Amino acid sequence: MLEQSIFYIFAALLVVSAGLVISVRNPVHSALFLILSFFCSAAIWLILQAEFLAIALILVYVGAVMVLFLFVVMMLDINVSTLREGFSRFLPVGLLVALLMLVAMGLIVGTAHILPDTGSVAGQVESGIGNTRLLGRVLFTEYIYPFEVAGAILLVAIIAAISLTMRKPRARRTPKPGNQVNVKREARVRLVNMDSATGNTGEQQQDD
Amino acid sequence: MIENLFNIISDHVLAPVVGWIVPEGYAASTLYTLEVLVKIMAILLPLLLCVAYLTYAERKIIGYIQCRLGPNRVGFFGFRFWGLGQPIADVVKLLFKEIIIPTGANKRLFVMAPVLAMAPSLAAWAVIPFDDTLVLADINAGLLYILALTSLAVYGIIVAGWASNSKYAFLGAMRSAAQIVSYEIAMGFALVCVLIAAGSLNLGQITAAQSGSILHWYWLPLLPIFLVYFISGVAETNRAPFDVAEGESELVAGFHVEYGGMAFSIFFMAEYANMVLIAVLTAVLFCGGWLSPFQGLPLLGNVSYLSEPNIFWLLLKTSLFLFMFLWLRATFPRYRYDQIMRLGWKVFLPITIIWIVVVSVMVVAEAPPWFN
Repeated sequence: MLEQSIFYIFAALLVVSAGLVISVRNPVHSALFLILSFFCSAAIWLILQAEFLAIALILVYVGAVMVLFLFVVMMLDINVSTLREGFSRFLPVGLLVALLMLVAMGLIVGTAHILPDTGSVAGQVESGIGNTRLLGRVLFTEYIYPFEVAGAILLVAIIAAISLTMRKPRARRTPKPGNQVNVKREARVRLVNMDSATGNTGEQQQDD
Repeated sequence: MIENLFNIISDHVLAPVVGWIVPEGYAASTLYTLEVLVKIMAILLPLLLCVAYLTYAERKIIGYIQCRLGPNRVGFFGFRFWGLGQPIADVVKLLFKEIIIPTGANKRLFVMAPVLAMAPSLAAWAVIPFDDTLVLADINAGLLYILALTSLAVYGIIVAGWASNSKYAFLGAMRSAAQIVSYEIAMGFALVCVLIAAGSLNLGQITAAQSGSILHWYWLPLLPIFLVYFISGVAETNRAPFDVAEGESELVAGFHVEYGGMAFSIFFMAEYANMVLIAVLTAVLFCGGWLSPFQGLPLLGNVSYLSEPNIFWLLLKTSLFLFMFLWLRATFPRYRYDQIMRLGWKVFLPITIIWIVVVSVMVVAEAPPWFN
C-alpha cells in the first residue's frame, strides 16, 4: 500500500515536472524541472530496488551533467520569445514521436506489465547480494565486450571533445607553476638609488 | 548503551501513546515510523548543536592561533563561561533580522536555495555508522549514496547565485560550481579506491574491514588517497584555502551576498554541516571509524576499555579532522583560481587513477597485513 502510494506520488510528480520542462518560459526553470524529473525517476527506480541505477542517475545526471547544463543556460542570454515560436509548430511531430515511443515500449514490455502490479518486486532480486554487486558481475562477465566497446566510444568522445577545444600551445597562456615557484627576487626587482637633488640615478649594489 | 535508551523510549513512551491514539491495525507501522523519526532527531539535534559550537570553536581556535582571545563576553546568567553563549546569541540575532529579497530576484528560487544547500548535508547522515549496529539506514550502496548527496550540495549555491540577480553572487556561484564539479571527480575516484580495498559499498562493512590495529586502517595503504580525499573535501566545502567562491576582496561575499538573517545563516550552517560530514567520512573511510586506535597494540591493547570499539572514538577522530579544517584556515592564504583548477585536474586526478591500479594489484595479490 505504502509502496504504491509512493510510486503514484513520484510518478505524478515526474509527469508534471517533465511537462513543465517544455512548457515553462524561463530556460533556467526548465533545467531545474528537468532535475526534478530526474529525481522522481530515480525514486521510482529505488522502489524497484534498482538502487545502483537510481543513485547513478542522480550522481551522473543531476550531480554532474545538469550542473554544467545549468551553468551554460545561466550564462547564455537566451531570447525567450524566439525559443517559444517553434513550440506549436513542432507539437504535432513531437506528439507523433511520443506516440511511437509509447507503442514501442508497450510492444517490448508487454501489456501485462503496464498495469500496476500489486505484488512487490522484492522477491525478484537475490537477497543479501545487492543490486550493485549483481550488476557488476553481469557487466564484467556476460556483457564484457559491449561494455568495453561503450568505454572505447566514450574515450573517443572525450578525446574528440578535447581536441575540438584545444588551442595550439603558443596560443595558450598557461602559467607554469614550476617557473613561478623558482622565480628569484633578483629577476623581478632592481633597486635604484636616486639622488633626490640632482635626479641622477646610480645602480646600487644589493646589500642584504 | 544508546540502543538501550532507544528501546526504553520506544517501549515506554512511544508504544503506549501510539496504542492509545492509533487504531490496532496501523499501530505497528506508526510505531516504526515514529521510531525512525526519533532516531533522525537523535542524529540531527546534536549535529546542529555541533554546527553551532563549531562556529564558536572556529573563532576561538583561530583567535588563539593569532594570539587573540576570540569571543569571551557572552555567557549565561551573568557568568561569562569563556564566551560559550556566543553561538546562541548569534542565532537569536540572525533569527530576528529581516530577510531582504532584492528587486528583480527570483523570489521562489531565492528562498529555496538555502534549503537546497542544507538538505543534502543533513540527509547524508542517514548512512553514517556510529557504531557497528548504530546506524539509521544500513544500506548496501551507502558510499554511492554519500557520493550522490555530496554532489547535490552545489545546487544550493548555483541557484542562490542566479536567483539573487546580482553580478557578485552570480560570479561567486560560477566559481564555486566549477570548483565543486572538478574536485568531485577526484573525490569519486578516491572513494573508488576505498571500495576496492574494502570490497563493499556499505560504510559499516568498510569500517569493519579496517579492524586489527591502527596500522590496519586504510590511511596507510591508501595514504595518497587519504590526503587527496581530505583536501578535496576542504575544496568541496568551499573552505579556506579554497574559498574563492566568497573571496571578500573581489566578490564581496560570493554567492550569499544578497542574503541576510536566517536565510544567510542556513547557508552558513550548511557549510559547517558539510565540514562535519567530510570530517566524519574521513574518519569512517580512512581512520577506522568507531574502532579504537589502541586495538592490537602490545601493552595498551590489553586494557579493555581503551581497546574496545566505541562511538567516542569516532567523535574524537571527527573532532580532530574538524580541527584540521580550522587549522588550515588559520594557516594558509587563499589559492589563486587557476592553481585550484590545476591542483584538482592535473595533480589529484592522476594520483587517484594511479592509486586505483595500485590498490587493485594489492587486493589481488592479497598484500599483508591489510588484504589477506
